[in-house]
Amino acid sequence: MSAPASETAQSMDTFLKGLWRQNPVFIFLLGMCPVLAVTNTVINSLAMGVATTFVLFMSTFIVSCIRKIVPKEVRIPTFIVIIATFVTMVEYVIQAVSLELYDNLGAFIALIVVNCLIMGRAEAFASKNSLGRTMLDALGMGVGFTFALLCLGVVREILGSGTFMGIDLFGEHFQPWAIMVLPPGAFLVLAGWLIVFAWWAERQQRRKLAAEEEAVT
Amino acid sequence: MNDTAPQPPAGGENPFLKSVHMMATLGGVALAAGVLMVTVYESTAPRIAANRAERLRQAIFEVLPGAEDRVAFAPANEGIERVPEEDEQNAPYFAGYDEDGNLIGVAVRGSAQGYQDMIRALFGYDPVEERIIRFNVLENQETPGLGDRIAWDSNFLESIEGLDVSLEPSEETLRNPVTHVQEGAPREDWQIDGISGATISVEAVVAVINRSMEQHARRLKNSLDTLEEAAP
Repeated sequence: MSAPASETAQSMDTFLKGLWRQNPVFIFLLGMCPVLAVTNTVINSLAMGVATTFVLFMSTFIVSCIRKIVPKEVRIPTFIVIIATFVTMVEYVIQAVSLELYDNLGAFIALIVVNCLIMGRAEAFASKNSLGRTMLDALGMGVGFTFALLCLGVVREILGSGTFMGIDLFGEHFQPWAIMVLPPGAFLVLAGWLIVFAWWAERQQRRKLAAEEEAVT
Repeated sequence: MNDTAPQPPAGGENPFLKSVHMMATLGGVALAAGVLMVTVYESTAPRIAANRAERLRQAIFEVLPGAEDRVAFAPANEGIERVPEEDEQNAPYFAGYDEDGNLIGVAVRGSAQGYQDMIRALFGYDPVEERIIRFNVLENQETPGLGDRIAWDSNFLESIEGLDVSLEPSEETLRNPVTHVQEGAPREDWQIDGISGATISVEAVVAVINRSMEQHARRLKNSLDTLEEAAP
């Protein structure tokens, strides 16, 4: 642990686990409300992902900074106040950037406050770990969350509207698959991705077992 | 931002000190949060107001083609009165003028219950000809691909252009209340095209027009002088 090489490896692992092995959406199924609700277009997914990552990063940063001076009895209200502050800031900034984007994301920006991903990382990781590790963890989880939203957003926009980031892909004879941009489409696409991830994880495990057996024999 | 929270007392076990510590932590965090939020609010408020004004301006000029300038009005007694520019966000009417100051029409706000939520719209009204100029849905939560066609389907929107909304001689009601026909069926001057699979959304549009016209048409028609005089 004390060797610099293993420290770097550990830092990398703290960052990367959120992307893949502990992906908040595909593995932990956290934050389902925005995942299902605002992934009807790529741009909405990206904006929601970036907003959530910002709130996650800033809140866990502060939580980690003050973890030693916050009495444990009042830690949850303290975390909520911190998270709500950053969410409110994001809300103002999005309105200043684009009203259209604000209308599309609607109530779901305010609902970032209760995104269990953020509360979960604040309570389970940031309040117990050093600043450096907390920042890496938050970035990894945030990028993993954004990646997952994009996975849904890309499929839903292409099938449901025939466009990618607003650019027409198939010409005017394409009949959009409207259900994909409706709520049921979110469930269908999420289920599809969960199958892909479960299949991939199983295959990895099988390969690992096979490699171990080979090493023994 | 959290330097305000004090260090824990050395003893730590004194219940009074413990309470003070908790209150100080929460108070400090809340104070810092408040300062941060006010700062961000103050710095983004002008941009947000400008965005809203720009969106309204675009919507007005879209329903009044050819308009270069607008003046906001609100109902007053039997007629209408000018609304100062800083309060125009909530004004119900906007008169549009071309570059020579000729009145093109009045953009009127209207809303009605749609399939999912309220539909808010803005439409151009020509008080001289008593016709609708153009119709624009500002906000809707209708089903994508079905009900939301009221906002973008060009056949549907074109069927509203030039719609007859003349008042009957008593000026109490419309001579022919607006109705809708089946999609693509022949229609009268006061009928709009339907959208199959989205009857409720189409009926909401019909309600927006009928209700706003019954409420405002007489007032606007009789205030032509005020409207024309206000030309910038």
